[in-house]
Amino acid sequence: MITTRALSKRYGAIAAVRSVDLDVREGDRYGLLGPNGSGKTTLVRMLLGLVYATSGEIEVMGRRMPRHAREVLPQVGALIEEPAAYPHLSARANLALFDAAGPRRSAGRRGRSRRIDDALEQVGLAGVGRRPVKTYSLGMRQRLGLAAALIRRPRLLILDEPGNGLDPRGIRDLRELIIGLNSSGVTVFLSSHLLGEVEQLCTTVGVLDAGRLVLQDELAALRAPTGQILLDTPDADQVCAMLNGQVEQRDGQRLLIRHADPAGLNARLVGAGLRVHAIGPHRRTLEEVVLAVTGTGSDHIGGRS
Amino acid sequence: MIGVELVKLVRRPRTWISLTLTCALPFVVAVFIAVTHLAPPPGQGSAFLYAVLANGALYPAAALALVLPVFLPVTTAVVAGDAIAGEAATGTLRYLLARPVGRTRLLLAKLISVTTYVVLVVVAVTVTAYATGVLLLGPSHAAAVGQSPADAGLAPTAGVAPGGAVTSLSGTPLSLLQLAERTAGAIAFIAVSMLGVAAIALFLSTVTSSALGATLGALAALVASEILVTLNAAAVIQPYLPTRYWLAWIDFFRDPIFWRNIDRGLGIQAVYVVVLLGAAWANFSTKDITA
Repeated sequence: MITTRALSKRYGAIAAVRSVDLDVREGDRYGLLGPNGSGKTTLVRMLLGLVYATSGEIEVMGRRMPRHAREVLPQVGALIEEPAAYPHLSARANLALFDAAGPRRSAGRRGRSRRIDDALEQVGLAGVGRRPVKTYSLGMRQRLGLAAALIRRPRLLILDEPGNGLDPRGIRDLRELIIGLNSSGVTVFLSSHLLGEVEQLCTTVGVLDAGRLVLQDELAALRAPTGQILLDTPDADQVCAMLNGQVEQRDGQRLLIRHADPAGLNARLVGAGLRVHAIGPHRRTLEEVVLAVTGTGSDHIGGRS
Repeated sequence: MIGVELVKLVRRPRTWISLTLTCALPFVVAVFIAVTHLAPPPGQGSAFLYAVLANGALYPAAALALVLPVFLPVTTAVVAGDAIAGEAATGTLRYLLARPVGRTRLLLAKLISVTTYVVLVVVAVTVTAYATGVLLLGPSHAAAVGQSPADAGLAPTAGVAPGGAVTSLSGTPLSLLQLAERTAGAIAFIAVSMLGVAAIALFLSTVTSSALGATLGALAALVASEILVTLNAAAVIQPYLPTRYWLAWIDFFRDPIFWRNIDRGLGIQAVYVVVLLGAAWANFSTKDITA
Protein backbone atom coordinates (compact mmCIF):
# COMPACT_ATOMS: atom_id res chain seq x y z
CA MET A 1 0.00 0.00 0.00
CA ILE A 2 2.86 2.34 0.90
CA THR A 3 6.42 1.51 -0.04
CA THR A 4 9.41 3.80 0.18
CA ARG A 5 12.96 3.02 -0.89
CA ALA A 6 15.93 4.90 0.53
CA LEU A 7 13.66 7.89 1.10
CA SER A 8 15.61 10.89 2.36
CA LYS A 9 14.91 14.53 3.04
CA ARG A 10 17.42 17.20 3.90
CA TYR A 11 16.60 20.75 4.95
CA GLY A 12 19.91 22.44 4.27
CA ALA A 13 22.40 20.84 6.61
CA ILE A 14 19.78 18.99 8.63
CA ALA A 15 18.82 15.47 7.58
CA ALA A 16 15.16 15.14 8.63
CA VAL A 17 14.57 11.69 7.10
CA ARG A 18 17.43 9.32 6.27
CA SER A 19 17.11 6.42 3.88
CA VAL A 20 13.76 5.11 5.08
CA ASP A 21 12.38 1.84 3.63
CA LEU A 22 8.77 1.88 4.74
CA ASP A 23 6.55 -1.10 3.98
CA VAL A 24 2.84 -0.78 4.75
CA ARG A 25 0.78 -3.69 3.43
CA GLU A 26 -2.85 -3.62 2.40
CA GLY A 27 -5.12 -4.14 5.41
CA ASP A 28 -2.48 -3.10 7.94
CA ARG A 29 -3.03 -0.88 10.91
CA TYR A 30 0.44 0.55 10.86
CA GLY A 31 1.71 2.72 13.69
CA LEU A 32 4.71 4.94 13.12
CA LEU A 33 6.31 5.80 16.43
CA GLY A 34 9.13 8.12 17.26
CA PRO A 35 10.09 10.92 19.60
CA ASN A 36 9.25 14.52 18.73
CA GLY A 37 11.47 15.72 15.93
CA SER A 38 12.29 12.22 14.70
CA GLY A 39 10.96 12.96 11.20
CA LYS A 40 7.43 11.50 11.41
CA THR A 41 5.69 14.58 10.08
CA THR A 42 8.22 15.14 7.29
CA LEU A 43 7.77 11.50 6.25
CA VAL A 44 3.96 11.81 6.26
CA ARG A 45 4.15 15.02 4.22
CA MET A 46 6.37 13.35 1.64
CA LEU A 47 3.85 10.52 1.25
CA LEU A 48 1.18 13.14 0.46
CA GLY A 49 3.29 15.16 -1.96
CA LEU A 50 3.47 18.23 0.27
CA VAL A 51 7.21 17.99 0.86
CA TYR A 52 9.48 16.88 -1.95
CA ALA A 53 12.02 14.14 -1.19
CA THR A 54 15.71 14.90 -1.62
CA SER A 55 16.29 11.34 -2.84
CA GLY A 56 14.62 7.95 -2.82
CA GLU A 57 11.30 6.64 -4.09
CA ILE A 58 7.73 6.57 -2.86
CA GLU A 59 4.95 4.29 -4.09
CA VAL A 60 1.41 4.60 -2.78
CA MET A 61 -1.13 2.03 -4.03
CA GLY A 62 1.43 0.90 -6.56
CA ARG A 63 1.86 4.35 -8.16
CA ARG A 64 4.83 6.63 -7.89
CA MET A 65 4.35 9.72 -5.75
CA PRO A 66 4.24 12.65 -6.10
CA ARG A 67 4.08 12.15 -9.90
CA HIS A 68 0.71 10.36 -9.80
CA ALA A 69 -0.83 12.45 -7.02
CA ARG A 70 -3.93 13.14 -9.12
CA GLU A 71 -4.79 9.43 -9.29
CA VAL A 72 -3.56 8.37 -5.86
CA LEU A 73 -4.61 11.11 -3.43
CA PRO A 74 -8.37 11.04 -4.14
CA GLN A 75 -8.31 7.54 -2.60
CA VAL A 76 -6.40 8.71 0.46
CA GLY A 77 -7.86 10.43 3.50
CA ALA A 78 -5.38 12.44 5.53
CA LEU A 79 -5.09 14.20 8.84
CA ILE A 80 -1.85 16.17 8.86
CA GLU A 81 -0.83 17.44 12.29
CA GLU A 82 -3.63 19.69 13.52
CA PRO A 83 -6.97 19.71 11.72
CA ALA A 84 -7.79 22.90 9.81
CA ALA A 85 -11.04 24.49 8.68
CA TYR A 86 -12.49 27.84 7.68
CA PRO A 87 -13.68 29.12 11.07
CA HIS A 88 -16.58 31.31 9.90
CA LEU A 89 -18.19 28.43 7.98
CA SER A 90 -20.12 25.49 9.39
CA ALA A 91 -18.70 21.98 9.50
CA ARG A 92 -20.98 21.01 6.61
CA ALA A 93 -19.86 23.97 4.49
CA ASN A 94 -16.23 23.15 5.24
CA LEU A 95 -16.67 19.52 4.24
CA ALA A 96 -18.50 20.55 1.06
CA LEU A 97 -15.63 22.88 0.11
CA PHE A 98 -12.96 20.26 0.78
CA ASP A 99 -14.96 17.68 -1.14
CA ALA A 100 -15.37 20.02 -4.11
CA ALA A 101 -11.64 20.79 -4.19
CA GLY A 102 -9.55 18.41 -6.21
CA PRO A 103 -9.94 16.45 -9.46
CA ARG A 104 -13.56 16.59 -10.52
CA ARG A 105 -14.14 12.97 -11.37
CA SER A 106 -12.91 11.82 -7.96
CA ALA A 107 -15.88 13.16 -6.04
CA GLY A 108 -18.63 14.95 -7.87
CA ARG A 109 -21.57 16.82 -6.52
CA ARG A 110 -23.84 13.78 -6.58
CA GLY A 111 -24.12 12.15 -3.23
CA ARG A 112 -22.04 14.83 -1.58
CA SER A 113 -24.68 15.75 0.96
CA ARG A 114 -25.12 12.07 1.80
CA ARG A 115 -21.39 11.54 2.19
CA ILE A 116 -21.16 14.61 4.45
CA ASP A 117 -23.96 13.18 6.62
CA ASP A 118 -22.16 9.84 6.81
CA ALA A 119 -18.80 11.36 7.69
CA LEU A 120 -20.28 13.58 10.42
CA GLU A 121 -22.19 10.59 11.80
CA GLN A 122 -19.03 8.45 11.82
CA VAL A 123 -17.08 10.95 13.91
CA GLY A 124 -19.99 11.84 16.20
CA LEU A 125 -20.64 15.40 15.02
CA ALA A 126 -24.01 14.78 13.37
CA GLY A 127 -25.86 17.09 15.76
CA VAL A 128 -23.61 20.14 15.37
CA GLY A 129 -22.82 20.06 11.65
CA ARG A 130 -24.46 23.43 11.01
CA ARG A 131 -22.62 25.36 13.69
CA PRO A 132 -19.69 27.58 12.64
CA VAL A 133 -16.39 25.85 13.29
CA LYS A 134 -15.14 28.79 15.36
CA THR A 135 -17.52 27.66 18.13
CA TYR A 136 -15.99 24.16 18.21
CA SER A 137 -13.82 22.78 21.00
CA LEU A 138 -10.39 21.30 20.30
CA GLY A 139 -11.78 17.77 20.34
CA MET A 140 -14.63 18.69 17.97
CA ARG A 141 -12.15 20.20 15.54
CA GLN A 142 -10.13 17.00 15.67
CA ARG A 143 -13.30 15.02 14.89
CA LEU A 144 -14.06 17.37 12.02
CA GLY A 145 -10.54 16.81 10.68
CA LEU A 146 -11.26 13.07 10.73
CA ALA A 147 -14.57 13.63 8.95
CA ALA A 148 -12.74 15.54 6.22
CA ALA A 149 -10.37 12.59 5.85
CA LEU A 150 -13.29 10.16 5.57
CA ILE A 151 -15.57 12.07 3.26
CA ARG A 152 -14.39 10.44 0.04
CA ARG A 153 -14.51 6.95 1.54
CA PRO A 154 -10.78 6.42 1.13
CA ARG A 155 -8.93 3.09 0.74
CA LEU A 156 -6.03 4.43 2.74
CA LEU A 157 -6.05 6.66 5.81
CA ILE A 158 -2.91 8.59 6.69
CA LEU A 159 -3.31 10.07 10.15
CA ASP A 160 -0.62 12.19 11.75
CA GLU A 161 -1.13 12.28 15.54
CA PRO A 162 -4.87 11.54 15.33
CA GLY A 163 -5.38 11.45 19.11
CA ASN A 164 -4.29 15.05 19.72
CA GLY A 165 -6.84 17.11 21.61
CA LEU A 166 -9.19 14.18 22.25
CA ASP A 167 -10.38 13.32 25.75
CA PRO A 168 -10.32 9.68 26.94
CA ARG A 169 -13.75 9.02 25.49
CA GLY A 170 -12.71 10.65 22.22
CA ILE A 171 -9.64 8.43 22.07
CA ARG A 172 -11.79 5.34 22.60
CA ASP A 173 -14.24 6.49 19.89
CA LEU A 174 -11.30 7.05 17.57
CA ARG A 175 -9.90 3.60 18.25
CA GLU A 176 -13.27 1.96 17.58
CA LEU A 177 -13.72 4.01 14.42
CA ILE A 178 -10.29 3.06 13.09
CA ILE A 179 -10.72 -0.62 13.89
CA GLY A 180 -14.18 -0.58 12.27
CA LEU A 181 -12.91 1.09 9.09
CA ASN A 182 -9.94 -1.26 8.98
CA SER A 183 -12.16 -4.33 9.22
CA SER A 184 -14.14 -3.00 6.25
CA GLY A 185 -10.95 -2.93 4.21
CA VAL A 186 -9.36 0.46 4.83
CA THR A 187 -5.61 0.41 5.37
CA VAL A 188 -4.58 2.73 8.20
CA PHE A 189 -1.19 4.38 8.57
CA LEU A 190 -0.89 6.54 11.66
CA SER A 191 1.93 8.32 13.37
CA SER A 192 2.03 8.98 17.06
CA HIS A 193 4.33 9.51 19.96
CA LEU A 194 1.84 7.85 22.29
CA LEU A 195 3.00 4.27 22.74
CA GLY A 196 -0.14 3.14 24.50
CA GLU A 197 -2.33 4.36 21.68
CA VAL A 198 -0.31 2.47 19.08
CA GLU A 199 -0.03 -0.65 21.23
CA GLN A 200 -3.81 -0.91 21.55
CA LEU A 201 -4.56 -0.06 17.96
CA CYS A 202 -1.91 -1.22 15.54
CA THR A 203 -0.93 -4.52 14.00
CA THR A 204 2.40 -3.33 12.64
CA VAL A 205 4.83 -0.89 14.16
CA GLY A 206 7.62 1.20 12.72
CA VAL A 207 9.95 3.26 14.87
CA LEU A 208 11.65 6.36 13.60
CA ASP A 209 14.64 7.78 15.44
CA ALA A 210 16.61 10.82 14.28
CA GLY A 211 15.23 10.30 10.76
CA ARG A 212 16.07 6.59 10.51
CA LEU A 213 13.58 3.72 10.56
CA VAL A 214 15.25 1.71 13.32
CA LEU A 215 12.53 -0.90 13.65
CA GLN A 216 9.67 -2.23 11.54
CA ASP A 217 7.82 -5.37 12.50
CA GLU A 218 4.48 -6.84 13.43
CA LEU A 219 3.40 -5.99 16.95
CA ALA A 220 2.79 -9.66 17.75
CA ALA A 221 6.39 -10.51 16.83
CA LEU A 222 7.79 -7.61 18.85
CA ARG A 223 5.80 -8.71 21.83
CA ALA A 224 6.60 -12.43 21.50
CA PRO A 225 7.61 -14.17 24.75
CA THR A 226 11.18 -13.39 25.71
CA GLY A 227 11.95 -16.88 27.05
CA GLN A 228 11.54 -15.63 30.61
CA ILE A 229 8.77 -16.12 33.12
CA LEU A 230 7.20 -13.51 35.33
CA LEU A 231 6.24 -14.89 38.71
CA ASP A 232 4.35 -13.25 41.57
CA THR A 233 4.68 -15.20 44.79
CA PRO A 234 4.53 -14.56 48.56
CA ASP A 235 7.22 -17.21 48.96
CA ALA A 236 9.85 -15.38 46.92
CA ASP A 237 12.75 -16.29 49.20
CA GLN A 238 12.07 -20.00 48.95
CA VAL A 239 11.64 -19.77 45.17
CA CYS A 240 14.97 -17.99 44.85
CA ALA A 241 16.63 -20.69 46.89
CA MET A 242 15.00 -23.44 44.86
CA LEU A 243 15.76 -21.95 41.43
CA ASN A 244 19.23 -20.76 42.32
CA GLY A 245 20.84 -19.03 39.33
CA GLN A 246 17.72 -18.95 37.17
CA VAL A 247 16.24 -15.87 38.86
CA GLU A 248 17.39 -12.89 36.87
CA GLN A 249 15.61 -10.07 38.67
CA ARG A 250 13.75 -9.64 41.91
CA ASP A 251 11.43 -6.84 42.88
CA GLY A 252 9.77 -7.71 46.21
CA GLN A 253 7.36 -10.56 45.45
CA ARG A 254 7.91 -10.35 41.69
CA LEU A 255 10.57 -12.48 40.09
CA LEU A 256 11.86 -12.69 36.53
CA ILE A 257 13.01 -16.23 35.86
CA ARG A 258 14.96 -17.64 32.90
CA HIS A 259 12.72 -20.57 31.96
CA ALA A 260 10.73 -21.56 28.85
CA ASP A 261 7.68 -23.37 30.30
CA PRO A 262 5.44 -21.44 32.71
CA ALA A 263 2.95 -24.30 33.23
CA GLY A 264 5.72 -26.77 34.04
CA LEU A 265 7.38 -24.35 36.46
CA ASN A 266 4.04 -23.68 38.13
CA ALA A 267 3.46 -27.42 38.69
CA ARG A 268 6.96 -27.74 40.13
CA LEU A 269 6.50 -24.83 42.55
CA VAL A 270 3.09 -25.98 43.74
CA GLY A 271 4.44 -29.53 44.09
CA ALA A 272 7.11 -28.12 46.40
CA GLY A 273 4.41 -26.45 48.53
CA LEU A 274 5.16 -22.90 47.33
CA ARG A 275 2.28 -20.49 46.76
CA VAL A 276 1.79 -18.70 43.45
CA HIS A 277 -0.26 -15.53 42.87
CA ALA A 278 0.41 -15.24 39.17
CA ILE A 279 2.69 -16.78 36.61
CA GLY A 280 3.10 -16.32 32.89
CA PRO A 281 5.49 -15.79 30.03
CA HIS A 282 7.28 -12.45 30.12
CA ARG A 283 6.65 -10.10 27.19
CA ARG A 284 8.35 -6.79 26.73
CA THR A 285 6.04 -3.80 26.60
CA LEU A 286 6.10 -1.74 23.46
CA GLU A 287 7.69 0.98 25.55
CA GLU A 288 10.64 -1.25 26.36
CA VAL A 289 10.97 -2.27 22.72
CA VAL A 290 10.93 1.33 21.53
CA LEU A 291 13.20 2.76 24.19
CA ALA A 292 15.73 0.02 23.46
CA VAL A 293 16.10 1.16 19.86
CA THR A 294 15.76 4.95 20.16
CA GLY A 295 17.95 7.70 21.52
CA THR A 296 16.65 10.74 23.30
CA GLY A 297 14.11 12.96 21.54
CA SER A 298 15.31 16.04 19.74
CA ASP A 299 13.63 18.30 22.28
CA HIS A 300 15.81 16.76 24.98
CA ILE A 301 18.49 19.44 25.10
CA GLY A 302 21.94 18.28 26.04
CA GLY A 303 21.43 14.74 24.82
CA ARG A 304 23.40 13.29 21.96
CA SER A 305 23.17 15.30 18.79
CA MET B 1 -11.31 24.70 -7.75
CA ILE B 2 -12.25 28.07 -9.22
CA GLY B 3 -15.79 27.57 -7.95
CA VAL B 4 -14.46 26.67 -4.50
CA GLU B 5 -12.38 29.85 -4.36
CA LEU B 6 -15.31 32.01 -5.45
CA VAL B 7 -17.53 30.44 -2.80
CA LYS B 8 -14.86 31.18 -0.21
CA LEU B 9 -14.65 34.79 -1.44
CA VAL B 10 -18.41 35.32 -1.38
CA ARG B 11 -18.97 33.65 1.99
CA ARG B 12 -16.19 35.52 3.73
CA PRO B 13 -17.49 38.46 5.79
CA ARG B 14 -14.29 40.39 5.09
CA THR B 15 -15.19 40.67 1.40
CA TRP B 16 -18.41 42.52 2.12
CA ILE B 17 -17.09 44.62 4.99
CA SER B 18 -14.16 45.94 2.94
CA LEU B 19 -16.45 46.51 -0.03
CA THR B 20 -18.88 48.50 2.10
CA LEU B 21 -16.15 50.60 3.69
CA THR B 22 -14.58 51.37 0.32
CA CYS B 23 -17.94 52.54 -1.02
CA ALA B 24 -18.66 54.47 2.16
CA LEU B 25 -15.81 56.96 1.78
CA PRO B 26 -17.10 58.55 -1.47
CA PHE B 27 -20.60 58.51 0.02
CA VAL B 28 -19.48 60.44 3.10
CA VAL B 29 -17.57 62.94 0.92
CA ALA B 30 -20.67 63.42 -1.26
CA VAL B 31 -22.86 64.06 1.77
CA PHE B 32 -20.50 66.75 3.05
CA ILE B 33 -20.27 68.44 -0.35
CA ALA B 34 -24.04 68.27 -0.89
CA VAL B 35 -24.75 69.78 2.52
CA THR B 36 -22.10 72.50 2.52
CA HIS B 37 -21.74 73.13 -1.23
CA LEU B 38 -18.07 73.51 -0.48
CA ALA B 39 -16.01 71.65 -3.06
CA PRO B 40 -12.25 72.09 -3.35
CA PRO B 41 -11.29 75.00 -5.60
CA PRO B 42 -10.02 74.18 -9.10
CA GLY B 43 -6.57 72.63 -9.07
CA GLN B 44 -6.78 71.52 -5.47
CA GLY B 45 -8.01 68.39 -3.75
CA SER B 46 -8.96 65.13 -5.35
CA ALA B 47 -9.50 65.00 -9.13
CA PHE B 48 -12.97 65.93 -10.47
CA LEU B 49 -14.22 66.90 -7.03
CA TYR B 50 -14.89 70.51 -7.93
CA ALA B 51 -16.94 69.63 -10.98
CA VAL B 52 -19.32 67.29 -9.17
CA LEU B 53 -21.24 70.19 -7.63
CA ALA B 54 -22.22 71.17 -11.13
CA ASN B 55 -22.95 67.67 -12.37
CA GLY B 56 -23.53 64.61 -10.17
CA ALA B 57 -23.01 62.28 -13.15
CA LEU B 58 -19.30 62.97 -12.85
CA TYR B 59 -19.23 61.69 -9.29
CA PRO B 60 -18.12 58.12 -10.22
CA ALA B 61 -14.89 59.57 -11.64
CA ALA B 62 -14.41 61.67 -8.51
CA ALA B 63 -15.12 58.63 -6.31
CA LEU B 64 -12.53 56.53 -8.13
CA ALA B 65 -9.99 59.30 -7.63
CA LEU B 66 -10.84 59.29 -3.89
CA VAL B 67 -10.38 55.55 -3.32
CA LEU B 68 -7.47 54.98 -5.71
CA PRO B 69 -4.56 56.24 -3.59
CA VAL B 70 -5.18 54.21 -0.43
CA PHE B 71 -8.44 52.25 -0.14
CA LEU B 72 -8.18 50.21 -3.35
CA PRO B 73 -4.50 49.25 -2.97
CA VAL B 74 -5.02 48.34 0.70
CA THR B 75 -8.07 46.13 0.16
CA THR B 76 -6.46 44.53 -2.88
CA ALA B 77 -3.21 43.85 -1.00
CA VAL B 78 -5.13 42.41 1.96
CA VAL B 79 -7.08 39.95 -0.19
CA ALA B 80 -4.17 38.99 -2.44
CA GLY B 81 -1.62 38.84 0.38
CA ASP B 82 -3.91 36.50 2.29
CA ALA B 83 -4.51 34.23 -0.72
CA ILE B 84 -1.82 31.61 -0.11
CA ALA B 85 -0.19 32.77 3.14
CA GLY B 86 -3.54 32.93 4.93
CA GLU B 87 -4.35 29.34 3.96
CA ALA B 88 -0.86 28.30 5.06
CA ALA B 89 -1.31 29.99 8.43
CA THR B 90 -4.70 28.38 9.14
CA GLY B 91 -3.43 25.02 7.91
CA THR B 92 -6.06 24.63 5.20
CA LEU B 93 -3.39 24.91 2.48
CA ARG B 94 -1.99 21.44 3.20
CA TYR B 95 -5.47 19.91 3.18
CA LEU B 96 -6.35 21.53 -0.15
CA LEU B 97 -3.10 20.31 -1.71
CA ALA B 98 -3.65 16.79 -0.33
CA ARG B 99 -7.11 16.54 -1.92
CA PRO B 100 -5.21 16.95 -4.32
CA VAL B 101 -5.48 20.39 -5.83
CA GLY B 102 -2.61 21.00 -8.25
CA ARG B 103 -0.44 23.88 -7.14
CA THR B 104 -0.65 25.69 -10.47
CA ARG B 105 -4.39 25.23 -10.40
CA LEU B 106 -4.68 26.62 -6.89
CA LEU B 107 -2.62 29.67 -7.81
CA LEU B 108 -4.77 30.22 -10.89
CA ALA B 109 -7.96 29.91 -8.85
CA LYS B 110 -6.59 32.41 -6.34
CA LEU B 111 -5.73 34.81 -9.15
CA ILE B 112 -9.24 34.58 -10.57
CA SER B 113 -10.75 35.05 -7.13
CA VAL B 114 -8.60 38.14 -6.46
CA THR B 115 -9.40 39.56 -9.90
CA THR B 116 -13.09 39.04 -9.26
CA TYR B 117 -12.77 40.88 -5.98
CA VAL B 118 -10.90 43.82 -7.55
CA VAL B 119 -13.44 44.20 -10.36
CA LEU B 120 -16.27 43.86 -7.84
CA VAL B 121 -14.90 46.67 -5.68
CA VAL B 122 -14.17 49.05 -8.55
CA VAL B 123 -17.58 48.48 -10.12
CA ALA B 124 -19.32 48.79 -6.75
CA VAL B 125 -17.59 52.11 -6.07
CA THR B 126 -18.62 53.39 -9.50
CA VAL B 127 -22.23 52.27 -9.24
CA THR B 128 -22.78 53.54 -5.70
CA ALA B 129 -21.01 56.79 -6.57
CA TYR B 130 -23.24 57.30 -9.59
CA ALA B 131 -26.33 56.77 -7.47
CA THR B 132 -24.97 59.03 -4.74
CA GLY B 133 -23.94 61.70 -7.21
CA VAL B 134 -27.24 61.83 -9.04
CA LEU B 135 -29.32 61.70 -5.87
CA LEU B 136 -27.34 64.07 -3.67
CA LEU B 137 -25.64 66.38 -6.14
CA GLY B 138 -28.14 66.26 -8.98
CA PRO B 139 -27.56 65.99 -12.72
CA SER B 140 -29.05 69.42 -13.46
CA HIS B 141 -26.06 71.58 -14.23
CA ALA B 142 -23.53 70.98 -16.93
CA ALA B 143 -19.93 70.74 -15.95
CA ALA B 144 -16.57 71.22 -17.52
CA VAL B 145 -13.83 69.34 -15.83
CA GLY B 146 -10.97 71.67 -16.38
CA GLN B 147 -9.13 72.97 -19.35
CA SER B 148 -5.51 72.42 -18.43
CA PRO B 149 -3.86 69.70 -20.52
CA ALA B 150 -2.30 68.87 -17.13
CA ASP B 151 0.51 66.46 -16.70
CA ALA B 152 -1.13 63.12 -16.02
CA GLY B 153 0.63 62.99 -12.68
CA LEU B 154 -1.26 66.02 -11.41
CA ALA B 155 -4.87 66.29 -10.45
CA PRO B 156 -6.66 68.20 -13.18
CA THR B 157 -8.22 71.53 -12.45
CA ALA B 158 -11.91 71.90 -12.97
CA GLY B 159 -14.30 74.58 -14.05
CA VAL B 160 -17.97 74.96 -14.84
CA ALA B 161 -18.87 75.40 -18.48
CA PRO B 162 -21.87 77.58 -19.38
CA GLY B 163 -24.67 75.18 -20.26
CA GLY B 164 -24.62 72.06 -22.47
CA ALA B 165 -23.60 68.47 -21.73
CA VAL B 166 -20.70 67.25 -19.62
CA THR B 167 -17.51 68.76 -20.86
CA SER B 168 -14.26 66.88 -21.21
CA LEU B 169 -11.02 67.98 -19.60
CA SER B 170 -10.13 69.37 -23.02
CA GLY B 171 -13.21 71.60 -23.12
CA THR B 172 -15.25 69.81 -25.74
CA PRO B 173 -18.67 68.42 -24.79
CA LEU B 174 -19.20 64.73 -24.02
CA SER B 175 -22.52 62.98 -24.49
CA LEU B 176 -23.77 60.78 -21.64
CA LEU B 177 -22.96 57.70 -23.74
CA GLN B 178 -19.39 58.92 -24.20
CA LEU B 179 -19.17 59.57 -20.49
CA ALA B 180 -20.33 56.03 -19.78
CA GLU B 181 -17.78 54.59 -22.22
CA ARG B 182 -14.99 56.60 -20.72
CA THR B 183 -15.97 55.69 -17.19
CA ALA B 184 -15.90 52.02 -18.27
CA GLY B 185 -12.43 52.59 -19.68
CA ALA B 186 -11.32 54.17 -16.42
CA ILE B 187 -12.75 51.23 -14.44
CA ALA B 188 -10.86 48.77 -16.62
CA PHE B 189 -7.62 50.73 -16.34
CA ILE B 190 -7.87 51.01 -12.55
CA ALA B 191 -8.72 47.31 -12.28
CA VAL B 192 -5.58 46.47 -14.28
CA SER B 193 -3.51 48.78 -12.05
CA MET B 194 -4.87 46.93 -9.01
CA LEU B 195 -3.98 43.60 -10.63
CA GLY B 196 -0.40 44.84 -10.57
CA VAL B 197 -0.76 45.35 -6.80
CA ALA B 198 -2.41 41.94 -6.50
CA ALA B 199 0.49 40.31 -8.36
CA ILE B 200 3.03 41.78 -5.92
CA ALA B 201 0.98 40.66 -2.92
CA LEU B 202 0.26 37.22 -4.38
CA PHE B 203 3.94 36.62 -5.06
CA LEU B 204 4.86 37.62 -1.49
CA SER B 205 1.99 35.42 -0.30
CA THR B 206 3.77 32.36 -1.73
CA VAL B 207 7.05 33.38 -0.07
CA THR B 208 5.87 33.83 3.51
CA SER B 209 3.24 32.11 5.62
CA SER B 210 2.30 35.42 7.21
CA ALA B 211 -0.57 37.07 5.36
CA LEU B 212 0.19 40.31 7.16
CA GLY B 213 3.77 40.23 5.94
CA ALA B 214 2.69 39.71 2.33
CA THR B 215 0.12 42.51 2.50
CA LEU B 216 2.41 45.02 4.15
CA GLY B 217 5.26 44.04 1.83
CA ALA B 218 3.13 44.86 -1.20
CA LEU B 219 2.04 48.17 0.34
CA ALA B 220 5.65 49.02 1.19
CA ALA B 221 6.55 48.44 -2.46
CA LEU B 222 3.79 50.86 -3.51
CA VAL B 223 4.87 53.52 -1.00
CA ALA B 224 8.45 53.20 -2.21
CA SER B 225 7.25 53.60 -5.79
CA GLU B 226 5.20 56.69 -4.88
CA ILE B 227 8.22 58.29 -3.22
CA LEU B 228 10.48 57.59 -6.20
CA VAL B 229 7.85 58.89 -8.65
CA THR B 230 8.11 62.35 -7.09
CA LEU B 231 11.91 62.32 -6.89
CA ASN B 232 13.58 64.06 -9.80
CA ALA B 233 16.86 62.26 -9.14
CA ALA B 234 15.11 58.95 -9.83
CA ALA B 235 13.82 60.04 -13.24
CA VAL B 236 15.73 57.22 -14.96
CA ILE B 237 13.66 54.48 -13.37
CA GLN B 238 10.36 56.32 -13.12
CA PRO B 239 8.81 54.90 -16.30
CA TYR B 240 9.15 51.40 -14.79
CA LEU B 241 7.62 52.09 -11.38
CA PRO B 242 4.28 50.38 -10.70
CA THR B 243 2.48 53.57 -9.63
CA ARG B 244 3.96 55.87 -12.32
CA TYR B 245 0.91 55.73 -14.62
CA TRP B 246 -1.76 55.06 -11.98
CA LEU B 247 -3.45 58.40 -12.69
CA ALA B 248 -3.45 57.94 -16.47
CA TRP B 249 -7.12 56.87 -16.27
CA ILE B 250 -7.92 60.59 -16.04
CA ASP B 251 -6.85 60.81 -19.69
CA PHE B 252 -10.00 58.88 -20.62
CA PHE B 253 -11.85 62.11 -19.83
CA ARG B 254 -9.94 64.17 -22.39
CA ASP B 255 -11.21 64.62 -25.90
CA PRO B 256 -9.85 62.90 -27.87
CA ILE B 257 -8.70 60.32 -25.33
CA PHE B 258 -5.00 60.82 -24.62
CA TRP B 259 -3.80 57.25 -25.12
CA ARG B 260 -0.05 57.52 -24.62
CA ASN B 261 0.09 57.20 -20.84
CA ILE B 262 -2.87 54.83 -20.75
CA ASP B 263 -0.99 52.46 -23.07
CA ARG B 264 2.20 52.79 -21.07
CA GLY B 265 0.32 52.17 -17.83
CA LEU B 266 -1.31 49.02 -19.20
CA GLY B 267 2.03 47.84 -20.57
CA ILE B 268 3.92 48.28 -17.31
CA GLN B 269 1.16 46.56 -15.30
CA ALA B 270 1.16 43.66 -17.77
CA VAL B 271 4.90 43.24 -17.24
CA TYR B 272 4.52 43.29 -13.45
CA VAL B 273 1.65 40.80 -13.55
CA VAL B 274 3.45 38.36 -15.88
CA VAL B 275 6.83 38.52 -14.13
CA LEU B 276 5.48 38.35 -10.57
CA LEU B 277 2.95 35.62 -11.28
CA GLY B 278 5.70 33.67 -13.03
CA ALA B 279 7.87 34.07 -9.94
CA ALA B 280 4.94 33.12 -7.69
CA TRP B 281 4.34 29.99 -9.76
CA ALA B 282 8.01 29.00 -9.85
CA ASN B 283 8.28 29.43 -6.10
CA PHE B 284 5.00 27.83 -5.10
CA SER B 285 5.14 24.80 -7.38
CA THR B 286 8.53 23.69 -6.06
CA LYS B 287 8.08 24.65 -2.44
CA ASP B 288 7.96 22.26 0.51
CA ILE B 289 4.69 22.84 2.34
CA THR B 290 5.74 22.66 5.97
CA ALA B 291 3.09 24.99 7.37
